[in-house]
Amino acid sequence: MSSRPEKNPLPTGRAIIEMDGIRKVYDTGKVKVEALKGVDLRIEKGEFVAIVGPSGSGKSTLMNLLGCLDTPSGGDYFIGGEKVAGLTRDALAEVRNRRVGFVFQAFNLLPQISAFENVEMPLVFGGVPPKVRRAKAAELLGKVGLGDRMDHKPTELSGGQMQRVAIARALAMDPDIVLADEPTGNLDTTSGTDIMGVFLDLWKQGSTLVVITHDMVLARRASRIVEIRDGRIVSDRAAEQAA
Amino acid sequence: MLRDALLQLHRDLKSQKLRTLLTVFGLVWGTVAVTLLLAFGTGLKKQLIKTTAGLGDRICISWPGLTSIPYQGLGKGRRIRITDEDLQSVRPRVDGLKRMSSEYSDGWKMVYNLRTFPVDVSGVSPEFGDMRNLIPVPGGRFLNDLDMRDQRRVVFLGNKVAEDVFGKGTDPVGKTVLFNGSPFLVIGVLTAKQQDSSYNSRDSDLSWIPGTTFRALTGRKYLSNFVYQPASALESKAVTESLRSALSRRLKFDPEDKEAFSVWDVTEQFQFFEVFMLAFTLFLGIVGSLTLVVGGIGVSNIMNVVVDERTKEIGIKMALGAKSGAILRQFLVETLIVTAIGGLAGFAISLGICAVFPASLEEYVGRPEVSPVVAGITVGILGIIGLLAGWFPARSAARLDPVVAMKM
Repeated sequence: MSSRPEKNPLPTGRAIIEMDGIRKVYDTGKVKVEALKGVDLRIEKGEFVAIVGPSGSGKSTLMNLLGCLDTPSGGDYFIGGEKVAGLTRDALAEVRNRRVGFVFQAFNLLPQISAFENVEMPLVFGGVPPKVRRAKAAELLGKVGLGDRMDHKPTELSGGQMQRVAIARALAMDPDIVLADEPTGNLDTTSGTDIMGVFLDLWKQGSTLVVITHDMVLARRASRIVEIRDGRIVSDRAAEQAA
Repeated sequence: MLRDALLQLHRDLKSQKLRTLLTVFGLVWGTVAVTLLLAFGTGLKKQLIKTTAGLGDRICISWPGLTSIPYQGLGKGRRIRITDEDLQSVRPRVDGLKRMSSEYSDGWKMVYNLRTFPVDVSGVSPEFGDMRNLIPVPGGRFLNDLDMRDQRRVVFLGNKVAEDVFGKGTDPVGKTVLFNGSPFLVIGVLTAKQQDSSYNSRDSDLSWIPGTTFRALTGRKYLSNFVYQPASALESKAVTESLRSALSRRLKFDPEDKEAFSVWDVTEQFQFFEVFMLAFTLFLGIVGSLTLVVGGIGVSNIMNVVVDERTKEIGIKMALGAKSGAILRQFLVETLIVTAIGGLAGFAISLGICAVFPASLEEYVGRPEVSPVVAGITVGILGIIGLLAGWFPARSAARLDPVVAMKM
């Protein structure tokens, strides 16, 4: 991955993620719920950040905003130096495709198509030519150790293997950042440790990772732990046991 | 893109077998209804034109009558009698008149092989055959100018007459029959034709001889009726008026007198058919289209189910960067494919029904025909229905919020 060409060059002096006073209000008719009450967050290229907090703290909302799946109610958000607030649905889709790789707790692979086709999917949406995308999908599946399972459907794979496919898919477009939401939440301990290993490898190779988790074992492997509570960041520190 | 759509379609069909089957059946039924109704409309129209043309090709038939208006001191109720010479003298003064022939008719006895047959005979000129679509069976001919000039004793037989007199399988051409003791050479036999209307008798029961011969033999001076053909059907009214005025001057009757001679304008019937068939076809098309629309509602319904079922998938795709256009296209293409399958099956069934349509019914309703126009209309309606049926489910899919959709 070190030879990867710089697709989205980062302007000097900018961080990959820059959030300033981000607020998110859910308007459910009569009741307005303020899920995020002004979040400032800066994540530099190459960081491995764990975002922790109890359920209902605003973790998931932050994850959706970081991943451009949702738009903030207030504040400024730049990803890779690009202003995200105020973009249209389609422009957001493009930002997701180009800059963000998602790894979900529930894997979210498409069940009817093969592991290979799942990894290919973001490349299809990115308009990558068939030849290039096939090579890329094969390379990534090899990298996560599934070179011999490419034609398997997700249902024919174990949980750990499915999450490896999802990681390969997240990397398909060489994103600025990989966002993982409880990536070990649906896995047994062994597979969980295994997947954690994959993330650590990615980080060592220079990827920027943000993992949302309540698993402190996983969080402690990160380089930095951000704790969120009640819609605000309450602590932001370097992890003691950074690997 | 298309391959993906087909694969996806295959999976959707499997997950909703019965529902999809019923939906496609609705479309098939609708397509069959539209194409068959229009095909029968086309066939019926052609049959009507064919049988009407059996009487004549855009002709007017006219009978002299009694005056109904006093004119130049002459009282009303006077019989107008017209000779062939009258017709020939006014003919150059009538613009747009293409063909004209007088017709002298009588019932004669025809003798062949010592057997006697009553036959309706008409004395006409050669142009008569062209106007009245009297086409000879190969090997024979209709009357010609020499027959007229030389008052030849030749006869052109209706096909029924020929069959009655000579029996099936015998070629009457070249044989001689006797009319009132005079020998007549058979020069031709009428090709059997479909005819929905007639005066005197049906053409199959008639025989024709040169008008000059008829007059020489009988001494008749005044014609029974005459037939004329305008250069185009649009001119028929003007030609009739022009002819009426020319004849009124020569025969001294009021040019406004419609009863001095009456006219049966066959072209009016054609014009009526045009309007009638257009209305009829429109009616059939609307009935069929409504059936097709019901099928389309079914497709829309099933596509809504499909979108519901695949909400999570749509959410995931959006998270991975699919734009709303891509999602919209996916469902539209899928709907159009379902519609196309139903349409093709319906087409095939309709073509099959047209192909095995019993010939015995053709005489009454014509041969149903899936013309390019019918096919085009049906494809157009199917396309519109497919697009509409797919549009709303596809749009609701494209408008999904990825965060919400993925949680499904």
